[in-house]
Amino acid sequence: MSVLVIEGLHVEVGGKPVLRGVDLALEPGQVHALMGPNGSGKSTLALALAGEPGYTVTRGRATLDGEDLLSLPPHERARKGLFLAFQYPPEIEGVSLREFLRLACAERGQGFCEFQRSYPHALRRLRMEGFDGRELNVGFSGGEKKRSELLQLYLLRPKVALLDEPDSGVDVDALRLIAEAIRELAEGGTAVLIITHYPRILEHVPPSEVFVLDGGSIVERGGPELAHRIGEEGFEVIRR
Amino acid sequence: MTIPQTARLTRDFVEALSSEKGEPRWMRDHRLHCLAVFEKTPLPRFGPDLSALDLSDLAYYARPVEPVRSWDDLPEEIRRTFLALRLPEAEQKALAGLGAQVDSEVVYRSLLAEVRAQGVIFASMDQAVKDHPWIQDYFMKTIPPEDNKFAALHGAVWSGGTFIWVPPGVEVAVPLQAYYRMQTEAVGQFEHTLIVAEPGSSLHYIEGCSAPRFARSALHSGMVEIVAKEGSKVRFTTVQNWSKNVYNLNNKRALAYAHAAVDWVSGSLGSKVTMLYPTTVLLGPGARTENLSFTFSQDGMWLDTGARAVHRAPGTTSRLISRSVVQGTGRSVFRGTVHVHPEAKGAKAHVECSTLLLTPEARTETIPILRAETDDVELGHEATVGKVSQDQLFYLMSRGLSEAQAMSLIVNGFVSPILKEIPLEYAVELRGILEMSFEKAIG
Ligand SMILES: Nc1ncnc2c1ncn2[C@@H]1O[C@H](COP(=O)(O)OP(=O)(O)OP(=O)(O)O)[C@@H](O)[C@H]1O
Ligand SMILES: [Mg+2]
Repeated sequence: MSVLVIEGLHVEVGGKPVLRGVDLALEPGQVHALMGPNGSGKSTLALALAGEPGYTVTRGRATLDGEDLLSLPPHERARKGLFLAFQYPPEIEGVSLREFLRLACAERGQGFCEFQRSYPHALRRLRMEGFDGRELNVGFSGGEKKRSELLQLYLLRPKVALLDEPDSGVDVDALRLIAEAIRELAEGGTAVLIITHYPRILEHVPPSEVFVLDGGSIVERGGPELAHRIGEEGFEVIRR
Repeated sequence: MTIPQTARLTRDFVEALSSEKGEPRWMRDHRLHCLAVFEKTPLPRFGPDLSALDLSDLAYYARPVEPVRSWDDLPEEIRRTFLALRLPEAEQKALAGLGAQVDSEVVYRSLLAEVRAQGVIFASMDQAVKDHPWIQDYFMKTIPPEDNKFAALHGAVWSGGTFIWVPPGVEVAVPLQAYYRMQTEAVGQFEHTLIVAEPGSSLHYIEGCSAPRFARSALHSGMVEIVAKEGSKVRFTTVQNWSKNVYNLNNKRALAYAHAAVDWVSGSLGSKVTMLYPTTVLLGPGARTENLSFTFSQDGMWLDTGARAVHRAPGTTSRLISRSVVQGTGRSVFRGTVHVHPEAKGAKAHVECSTLLLTPEARTETIPILRAETDDVELGHEATVGKVSQDQLFYLMSRGLSEAQAMSLIVNGFVSPILKEIPLEYAVELRGILEMSFEKAIG
């Protein structure tokens, strides 16, 4: 049974309609991919689901485990098991990465002792040992920010993970690390949606389904081969 | 004769206070001189509105609790207050000595035997004035009554406070602390703190302050004088959480001789009105000072703070850093003043103030006054005012933190350069206060 179900979702940003009826469902333990041209609304979909106040849902619904998601404030969506890895994570000065993660894990029901074990493990898993004493995303390079998002995801073990371009600006080795972490998470039952422009990450974590967003709605669905075709020929493939 | 518990501020009252305390003649004369100066000095011509402070409706002396030797001997109510403030615990774990004052008098004092054996004097100011006649050479010499109306008032009616003398070369490894509690409605608390650090010595002194909330206004007007002799190091930390009916109008000043270092660390979380401008006069070559200030102005509060460095010798340095957070209809003003005299060649001064506004009604002002009378000087100044970024707030909430938790984390991060310098137990209290205020505001 699908864990996240989106039906007829309409979203406006800054008074401008961006999504006009998106239908989507994510399955537990499966990896899904969302592709689409720049400006087609991929981040809009992810941010609206996470509850960013600037993104207004005008129609449609979204449920997590059958419960309405859209009426909840962002932190309650997160506590129910939704996670968004940001395309552009903000820097937060003076807030230590460790302290922040401890608080966030506590809200997901992880006790202090559990955190004492899981945190060093997650740092090692993403080769981020050197970031332990750092402030949250402050001064992180583009690729390091992506790894920091994955670190958070890995620790929080959500039911649904929306990953907005986890692969952009990431070097070959880091891409492999990130992909492995995603695969491990999916194997643990998380439903994953990877938003990406490149089929490369999908070679490491083959998706069960690929969605293409254009003109405000899902215009194409397919298997991994759809990602390849787009990678080779561009979005003309679907417009024909 | 005993000291009248509530009193109009008259010559008779001041004489009764002095005689009941059994003070030497010079102190009685000093008090009367201060009273005369007070009467002819106008209220400060800058800063917050003090018109609601009724100086004729104050208890200038109150002694609700008698001094004791053990925490257990305190009356139940105040004992419970001190326990809740975890003073006995801090005394055991983290301090070399502790004094606690309720309203006008010190009620408890302790000092580790090994620190006493080093020759350190840690006494109530009242007792010290009687025991050490040489204090006359220091008392209100750093801040004379003519300086401002509240300095003069303080000089006339001061009571309680701390005297510390650190012998030459003695380093007091663990902090000494004093806690000031106002317990009586509409009381005035006027403790006097004098620290004399002899050459090559070092000391960290911590002050904490609090009061329950009453309907009528109370006044806290303490004075701190620090004399840091050649090569000594003094750090003075204050965290005040006065209730929102307290006028907190203080005078704090240090003299730093050659190569001495004086650090002021201030956390201002409470009071209705605060006026606080810790000052260091850098008198000897190579003397340095650092002034770290954190203020949190909530609804209806006006925290008018600042820092002053007066460079009077070559090669002196100062760093004045402030972080202000303003919420609701709160208001913060920071006055960063640096004065470099002609003889202070090669002086360096840096002033940095950042403010975080949490609400549209919050108001802030930074008033830097940089005056250099020599060209051979490095002066730096930065000021920023910002709001909590919605992107940051959403990011943290998307990880499961409530809006209050997220706000508190962002604000904590903003003040972390100063928070890092505040002793742990106060830093924890401070976080608690921030989080509580956001929970209240956000609901
Ligand atoms: N505040 C705003 N006001 C008006 N339009 C906006 C605003 N924010 C986003 N948009 C528009 O919404 C559309 C969708 O943006 P979105 O970021 O969702 O695209 P995307 O598919 O994620 O693109 P990319 O691949 O470049 O990341 C774009 O045309 C963008 O310009
Ligand atoms: Mg995007």
